Amino acid sequence: MNAVVHAKAASRHLLSGNEAVARAAWEAGVRVAAAYPGTPATEILENIALYPDIYSEWSVNEKVAVEVAIGASLAGSRALATMKHVGMNVASDAFMTQSLAGVVGGLVIVVADDVGLSSSQNEQDSRYWGRFGHLPILEPADSQEAYAMVKQAFDLSEEYEVPVIVRMTTRVCHVKAMVEFTGERIERRPAGFQKNPQRWVMTPANAKPRLPLMHERDRILRQVSEASDLNETFKGSDRRIGFVTSGPAFMHVRETFPNAPVFKLGFSCPAPLDKIRAFAGTVDTLVVVEETEPLLETEIRAAGVAVQGKDLLPRFGELAPSVLRPAIKSLLGEPYAIASRPQTDLFPRPPTMCASCPHLGPYFALSHIRNLNIIGDIGCYTLGAGHPWNALDTCICMGASLSMAHGMDKGRGDSDEKKHIVAVIGDSTFLHMGMQGLLNMIYNRGNVTVLLLDNRSVGMTGGQENPGTGEDLHGLPAARVDFAKLAEALGVRPERIRMVDPYELPTMVKMVREETKMEEPSVIITNRPCSLTDRFERFKSYEVIDDKCTGCGNCIDLGCPAIFVARRETVTAKSGKSKELVFARIDANACTGCHMCVETCAPDAIVQPKTPDRVIRIHPHG
Amino acid sequence: MVDSVDGITNILVVGIGGQGVMTAAEMLARTALNQGYDVKKTEVAGMAQRGGVVSSHVRFGPKVYSPQIDAGEADLLIGFEAAEALRWLPWLRSTGVAMVNTLRIAPPVVSAGLYDYPADPIGALTASGLEVHAFDAGAIADELGNPKLVNTIMLGAISDRLPFPADVLKECIIAGFRAYKPKLAEINAQAFDAGRQAGHV
Repeated sequence: MNAVVHAKAASRHLLSGNEAVARAAWEAGVRVAAAYPGTPATEILENIALYPDIYSEWSVNEKVAVEVAIGASLAGSRALATMKHVGMNVASDAFMTQSLAGVVGGLVIVVADDVGLSSSQNEQDSRYWGRFGHLPILEPADSQEAYAMVKQAFDLSEEYEVPVIVRMTTRVCHVKAMVEFTGERIERRPAGFQKNPQRWVMTPANAKPRLPLMHERDRILRQVSEASDLNETFKGSDRRIGFVTSGPAFMHVRETFPNAPVFKLGFSCPAPLDKIRAFAGTVDTLVVVEETEPLLETEIRAAGVAVQGKDLLPRFGELAPSVLRPAIKSLLGEPYAIASRPQTDLFPRPPTMCASCPHLGPYFALSHIRNLNIIGDIGCYTLGAGHPWNALDTCICMGASLSMAHGMDKGRGDSDEKKHIVAVIGDSTFLHMGMQGLLNMIYNRGNVTVLLLDNRSVGMTGGQENPGTGEDLHGLPAARVDFAKLAEALGVRPERIRMVDPYELPTMVKMVREETKMEEPSVIITNRPCSLTDRFERFKSYEVIDDKCTGCGNCIDLGCPAIFVARRETVTAKSGKSKELVFARIDANACTGCHMCVETCAPDAIVQPKTPDRVIRIHPHG
Repeated sequence: MVDSVDGITNILVVGIGGQGVMTAAEMLARTALNQGYDVKKTEVAGMAQRGGVVSSHVRFGPKVYSPQIDAGEADLLIGFEAAEALRWLPWLRSTGVAMVNTLRIAPPVVSAGLYDYPADPIGALTASGLEVHAFDAGAIADELGNPKLVNTIMLGAISDRLPFPADVLKECIIAGFRAYKPKLAEINAQAFDAGRQAGHV
């Protein structure tokens, strides 16, 4: 049982920003919470799931999550949707219009920007959504603030009938810090949905009169922001530079320049420009430190206040003390010496697939077939672009593989004439946004071979549930989608829907070869669970018999991290050419006995010591 | 005990995804919180964890702002793997201490011959002139009969270099086991003591 769930007011805890948001949502009386997993936001919903008073779910994508929250809000319940920054792109269709209609029960969207791209395909500044969608933004700088601001966001949302964005970044979500609880749950009985077509049916005729109301709300929210104690001045004795900052950048500024005056924005949209102007009057130079785009800087400058910012600081990445110090010292004309020791030039440790990962089989196959353009997607299988497979040619966003592959097929260039187009996508990504691409491809007579890698989890974010796993957020049994039937329903001919055990390498290679030669769409579905989840069954590890190993290196091509090179030998072949032999060994602690590498070994040098057991149970559907 | 600057203690725990780096850092952060310090702990998670480098920063003192430890500012560097300790050595301040497990883990890019693993990472660490203690935590764990004890052994090894008594950290670790995995409490207590001894070699 999680101690935080039952903790009383005034108790102190070491919490991540994500855990703090969950507790705050519970205290605020949230009744419905929805999300799709995405680093660095995933743990918010995982923690909310621990609170029995809140209905919580993994939605199939971020747009659905926000729509679920909107529905709950219209019924009068407080509702929360959480997502990573790219999820906002997906969800925006819903909230851009709901902003016009407004909300009833408090509606808060917590968005986590992955500043520095620790686990994302791009870096986005979600503060733009506040300006674009006319939504207020609160920006916590640490766990305690995340806790306090989420509660305030719900009050603000209800008072002004507006969805509120709480913008976090990786350094709030994943930093653990002290949080002191100030309350416990306050239950709020929802009044129920009050029918009002003029308000809730956003036809042009109904939406038009809402526009001036939305702009009036902006004006009022600016006054609220000007008066808010979330926007705070920290006095400082060294007035040569005054900083305007928000979020974790505030922490970095205070750390680096403890004597400088700082204007910290907690209620950052609409920005309190009058307060900022007054603050600017108390310092020699005003510098905005913001992650990541020059957004406040532009607004402050447009308000006629002289300001510096991105002329000194980078427009991307974290503005950590190591970035701030040299930039600001140089502005002050002060010397700055780098004190640290030189870095030793070391090998990289790029992220890699796990031992017995069910994606290893498909990538082994793809890396051994020529003339493929392999269009990829978001998930662990994106790692197939790396060593040793080099078998993924694109990756942009959730679900793009199928539609892009279709486009590449239709837009073939000269060099693609003899190429086969393959799309690679995982189970959760397919359900998130991929299946529309398949429907589109079928409808428009495309020809792509789809590899649907069903590992029965959202792998990269830590093995979360989805409609393909047969379990819900709470680990309870749930309806499990049948991917083969789904593909058939979308129009793929049953003959072209193939189920395969990804561990059976020869079958895997043969099937991909066969299907890519077909003049119509195929869907190949793999059926092994992610090896990091409870659904995976571990077997006795294998070992390499040294005397039998011929050094061919085939098993190394699999890319399993449990297989390593014991030694290399250069020999001269009969033809006179020199050839490098690679002798492999298996790390018994890492090997899970999946037997995939056995399939690559012609001399049968890979064996299970003693009682060999090649029978592996495949988990049945449902 | 390590000398901290401005009353803030900076501890950097480094290793590879799956080694228990984050759990060790969590133990340090919790103990510091229990001792009444303001605490911040941070790491890069997500995709990087799939066999990648993991570094966890723990900072505590009267008031902590930034969660990140800058290069040259760590008071303690706890390396769960030899090359990773070497990678993060520039983060240690000149008065700092590095406590390193001699374990070597080569990633697939090294296995494949694309890069070399340093021949003598411990030698390179020692050659820096900084205070470096290296020992085989895995061997101690094996002696105690459970390879997962490395984590507790490493914490024991640095426990006499904290601004609070070693027993406070030990109690925090063991209390966690007593609450959730009582069968492992005693063996972890032994591992902590064995690590504590090793940290003085």
